[in-house]
Amino acid sequence: MASTIRVRATSSGETTEVQALIQHPMDSGFVKDVKGEIIPPHFIQQLTFEYDGKSVFVADWGPAVSKDPYVKFSFKGGKKGDDLKISWVDNKGATDTITAKIQ
Amino acid sequence: MSKSMRIFTLALASVLLIAGAASVPAASSEADFKAAYAAAEAANKEAGSLRNQWTVTAAALAAAKKAADAGDFDQAVAQSKEAEALAKASIYQATSEKELWKTLEIR
Amino acid sequence: MHVRSAIHFALAALALAALPFLAAPSAVADDTSDPVADARAFQKYFTEKFPKLKLEDFVNGPYSMNEDMHRQWEEKEQFPPYEFSVEMGKEMFAKPFKNGKSYADCFPNGGVGIRQNYPYFDDKEGKVITLELALNRCREANDEAPFSYVKDEMAALTAYMAFTSRGKPFDIKIPNDPRALQAYQNGKRYFYTRRGQLNFSCATCHVQSPGERIRAEVLAPALGLMNAMPIYRSEWSGMGTTSRRFTTCNSQIRGVPLDPQADEYRDLEYYLSYVSNGLPISGPGARP
Repeated sequence: MASTIRVRATSSGETTEVQALIQHPMDSGFVKDVKGEIIPPHFIQQLTFEYDGKSVFVADWGPAVSKDPYVKFSFKGGKKGDDLKISWVDNKGATDTITAKIQ
Repeated sequence: MSKSMRIFTLALASVLLIAGAASVPAASSEADFKAAYAAAEAANKEAGSLRNQWTVTAAALAAAKKAADAGDFDQAVAQSKEAEALAKASIYQATSEKELWKTLEIR
Repeated sequence: MHVRSAIHFALAALALAALPFLAAPSAVADDTSDPVADARAFQKYFTEKFPKLKLEDFVNGPYSMNEDMHRQWEEKEQFPPYEFSVEMGKEMFAKPFKNGKSYADCFPNGGVGIRQNYPYFDDKEGKVITLELALNRCREANDEAPFSYVKDEMAALTAYMAFTSRGKPFDIKIPNDPRALQAYQNGKRYFYTRRGQLNFSCATCHVQSPGERIRAEVLAPALGLMNAMPIYRSEWSGMGTTSRRFTTCNSQIRGVPLDPQADEYRDLEYYLSYVSNGLPISGPGARP
């Protein structure tokens, strides 16, 4: 099955810019369905980007983040051809991870 | 109709509707409600045949029915009359727009 | 004042006020039935209103109206939110029906690169056929249940088909058939007719006020409006089809929406697509 994470990381020498789009319902737990019942909370709790064994970006998310979240950030360093590892864990304990090459 | 004139006539109509709706005859009966509701429904049905019903008309009809179910026939009659007025306005809109749409057309 | 007499008075006042204006028909010119001239005037109106834009820029709706939004949109296009829907649509399109046939059997060129030809006028049926309608008819002809017209599966399928036509210019045809011309006219009339308690027509926002705001949203010009369909709207947190946009627009101005593929909407899509002939398909799109 295809990964839920799409990522593009581009190095300009000094810094690396990272964009990621993650497929996840991000249900807040406050929304009701057509029958009037609460849709249970189902959202990513932690999202981690690792480079060279260290975390360069960690997000602690909650119900306020919308469906299919998009993240963009930059970090110092990062060389073309190196690996960038992305992983998330949600409130149900589900996870996904992907490793991408920095371009 | 020019834009300002159109706004004026709609404003005039809404002021009168609000003024009218504020006063209600003494103690309406269920029969009063049934008559008022039927008139409102008929007008809304005509608006439907013109493919131009308003959501607020449906809301007023629903409010009328809800008040009647609770036994508040004064409110039920008031809401029915409001629904009828809204339905009639939507009929007026559909009828006048048959010609007036051309004023907006890009030529 | 009794409620009843207040209403009668109000209606009488309205009628009286309207009289001098309805009595002057010369102020309202006779409507033309010349689609070619209409399209030319339509495109001229918008290109003159926004002289800095190239014709093909109009397919980006509000993003061509506002520089800051344009910059954000360009970034967003690198990871567009409709990506998941296009992929789902591609998978769905390739999967055969229970009877072994597939969508490709219902469409010219296997359904690839044809979106710019829809809607078209079907002379056997005497009506306009939209892409959404054609897809559900394909399903029903192959004993499959039809999809809802407004979102999810239908949006995914139309997103995929639009994607295969990206860049191709709209090529809507009005055959030499009075019924086709009538359908076009109906669509045009619908577009300019005020409706709903808020008394807006499509033109009120998309012809009179493109680039301006309605509450917090920047309004798109009517030129190029259909080119980006279907769209991922942040407001919906998901994909929506042309019929979703038509029905929600109606309820937003407090008009009861018609059925998603009512004649009025099919004709409206026909008109709006025709007057954008020549502009490229940009769908599927992303919108606020």
